[in-house]
Amino acid sequence: MLLHEDTSVTTISLPLATGLHRKGATDEPAWVRRTLIGVALIFLTLFLFVPLISVFYEALKKGTDVYLAAITEPDAVDAIKLTLIAAAIAVPLNLIFGLAAAWAIAKFEFRGKNLLITLIDLPFSVSPVVSGLIYVLIFGLQGWLGPWLAENDIKIIFAVPGIVLATIFVTVPFIARELIPLMQAQGTEEEEAAVVLGANGWQTFFRITLPNVKWGLLYGTILCNARAMGEFGAVSVVSGHIRGSTNTLPLHVEILYNEYNFAAAFAVASLLALLALVTLALKTFVESKNRWHEGELNEH
Amino acid sequence: MCTWHNLIWEIILNNFKQHSVLPGFNLAFGFTLLYLSLVVLIPLSAAFIQTTVLTWAEFWKVVTTPRVIASYRLTFGASFAAALVNAIFGLLVAWVLVRYPFPGKKLVDALVDLPFALPTAVAGIALTALYAGNGWIGQYFEPLGIKIAFTPLGIFVALTFIGLPFVVRTVQPVLEDLESELEEAAATLGATRLQTFSRVIFPTLFPALMTGFALAFARAIGEYGSVIFIAGNMPMVSEITPLLIITKLEQYDVAGATALAVVMLVISFVMLLIINLLQWWSRRQSASA
Amino acid sequence: MSIEVRNLSKQFGTFAALRDVSLKVHSGELLALLGPSGSGKTTLLRVIAGLEAADTGQILFQGGDATSQHVRDRHVGFVFQHYALFRNMTIFENVAFGLRVRAKAFRPTEAEISNRVHRLLKLVQLDWLADRHPHQLSGGQRQRVALARALAVEPTVLLLDEPFGALDAKVRKELRSWLRRLHDDMQITSVFVTHDQEEALEVADRVVVMNEGCIEQIGTPDEVYERPASPFVYEFLGKVNLFHGRLHRGRAWIDGLEVDAPEHTEAENLAAVAYVRPHDIHIDRMIHGGALPARVFHILSVGPIVRLELIRDDSEDKELIQVEITKERFRELQLVRGDQVFIKPSRFDLFPSQVVH
Repeated sequence: MLLHEDTSVTTISLPLATGLHRKGATDEPAWVRRTLIGVALIFLTLFLFVPLISVFYEALKKGTDVYLAAITEPDAVDAIKLTLIAAAIAVPLNLIFGLAAAWAIAKFEFRGKNLLITLIDLPFSVSPVVSGLIYVLIFGLQGWLGPWLAENDIKIIFAVPGIVLATIFVTVPFIARELIPLMQAQGTEEEEAAVVLGANGWQTFFRITLPNVKWGLLYGTILCNARAMGEFGAVSVVSGHIRGSTNTLPLHVEILYNEYNFAAAFAVASLLALLALVTLALKTFVESKNRWHEGELNEH
Repeated sequence: MCTWHNLIWEIILNNFKQHSVLPGFNLAFGFTLLYLSLVVLIPLSAAFIQTTVLTWAEFWKVVTTPRVIASYRLTFGASFAAALVNAIFGLLVAWVLVRYPFPGKKLVDALVDLPFALPTAVAGIALTALYAGNGWIGQYFEPLGIKIAFTPLGIFVALTFIGLPFVVRTVQPVLEDLESELEEAAATLGATRLQTFSRVIFPTLFPALMTGFALAFARAIGEYGSVIFIAGNMPMVSEITPLLIITKLEQYDVAGATALAVVMLVISFVMLLIINLLQWWSRRQSASA
Repeated sequence: MSIEVRNLSKQFGTFAALRDVSLKVHSGELLALLGPSGSGKTTLLRVIAGLEAADTGQILFQGGDATSQHVRDRHVGFVFQHYALFRNMTIFENVAFGLRVRAKAFRPTEAEISNRVHRLLKLVQLDWLADRHPHQLSGGQRQRVALARALAVEPTVLLLDEPFGALDAKVRKELRSWLRRLHDDMQITSVFVTHDQEEALEVADRVVVMNEGCIEQIGTPDEVYERPASPFVYEFLGKVNLFHGRLHRGRAWIDGLEVDAPEHTEAENLAAVAYVRPHDIHIDRMIHGGALPARVFHILSVGPIVRLELIRDDSEDKELIQVEITKERFRELQLVRGDQVFIKPSRFDLFPSQVVH
């Protein structure tokens, strides 16, 4: 925002200054500042930090033995496995979808583009419970394909495939939403240059487009994965809640909690909380890389 | 005959998409449409189609029973209140993060996204433990006779948690891009800091603030995992609509569950539309610089 | 309202933006702060306005110490390079802003405000746009609104930060003369910052040439152009040719020319440089006393002037000499590339070599 197009001579060599411009003329009195910071921090502490800390506290309250036992008992391990499987299928599929959708939307002009983008956003706006329900309506016993599935002894609802499907549904938009604005901002010039030089579609895509969006792609994948592993509502509807086979980690947490086995519930929950923290750390890292990368691109 | 078909097809294609030298449109677009239809559109339509087993009258009856209406009131009421609180405090947090230095700011900034990243079930049990009568926070309210967990108040708390990042993250970029010259101009013209904020800064932030509010509200309406533990789940009192859907499912009342789902879907679509309009408004505001 | 700046210094980290700057602005004059980027001119303007605080020094308005006064109490009008108009308000509301934020006791009635705003908008010839929003106006229009807005609060001092820097060349020229006329009508003490020497020389009553945080020279446009006080001012305000020679006790020997140098009577065998403007060089096809031989390297016809680039016959490194002559003279001489000519400076300024950078 400081890079006015005419590179006004007065804004050069004062990167420090523009930050300091705030001092004096457009600053609030110190007491106002401190009060605002204080209130903001109190709000965040109450609603954000304390809940986070309490997860780990409750998990370790009864000692590390109980903690380790909770996360290594067979049902928990099965839940971990199922969570990983669901994510391992959902994320790559949505990755391909995201790339395809972003390619079509960002590099071409066609009618109904905005409609398409809105449609991609749909899973975001739908309640998780409804997301699960609609799959029950198709694959459940009374669903469209219900009778046919029963005949062929294929179980989707109340079984792993249903969980995977629901997970895919809720995470469809994540990667696409990251890539679309990014690729739109980057424009089509580089790709057109590549085509003029004789590259075919795949070469252009893998050598030109993909490297340019790698940080955005990583960012979207991280978020997609976090949601895939943490999804609760949708998966709850399609799962049979059968311990040991159709429980993901979040569902397992619910079962333990409902049995009043709080220490175990929080122990398992702490794994998910750790996942969240790792996600945030990766997110911050990628964001800083992204900004640096964008800065590089802007210099061209 | 052959050439007629080709001609019509060409006309359709030319009107649909501009010519481009880049390859791969048909493949990408086709795949996108196919995937989207199979995974999203057809399943969503299942709700609308299945609900037609009920007549209008039956449908209306199902979605307007007293219990259901109580759940609407609770869901919308708590979501609105939570989004409102998030609008106020989210603006404050964004302001503090953008404008003031303080120790640990980077950490706080990163943690604002925690509700995005944390699985809803984890948030649910953590908040319940915290705000229960003997919890870290709940214990201070217990002697005052205020119960938080297992009451609508608890639902409000949970919805505030999950909506927290929305306002902060939509307002932050707008605040960052605000030119200091505008505030300096106001100062030279004699305005106090408060006047500058209310007349110059706040109007610029308003579209983004509204967008954040709408996003938080939309998310709160459909929320399940973080609410289900802290809500009392008592019919007519502390039962949210998504829970009602599950309850009906468990009672094998698929038609009833679907009817409610349709109501929620319609509201979701309306919210999506409103949010798109707000984002368009917000972009227009910042573009007219 | 006169302004006095005394011994102002300001540092940004390790960068010294202002070094012990002192200046007096006469009441009612239009003063230009001219200099390259980093010279401190904008910093000086902002310190006068109160948008920045100096590390040391004083600012006095009409003799009264305003150094620690907050910007909103200084009653200065400030015009920003990029207009800084309030996007969410109409043109009318923008101009009325300064009047509407006044404390109740000092606020005019809405009717008075409306009167004043329309009067000002008429003054800048934009009354017909009063209900539009800034994004619907062109750059030149926006800057005029910014000026009207600054004038609405009846400031005692008007400060402009590169007011025409963001505009097209043609609009810039128009607004320049328009500003001059406006100032003549209103007689308000005005200071404006620019890096365009043509603008400063054309518009201002006096010019302050700044470089690296210091004032190099203060004078009328004529003074700074015809009698530059230092090589920097010379080079900044126009093209210059350098001729090397020697100074000794009041006389100078420059390239075969011997002249009096009364200002340098104490000079003892100093190396010196003569600064000559392109239009102060006499050029002829025939040699006459003391003229230097040179060859025409490049001819550039620019409107009513012809710019010649010459290479001296005795120059090893092919240093170019810039000469400007009228079209008429050029037609007389009938010059083409490669022609032999003889040049002699008709006016020059001498500076000892060590002063030169």
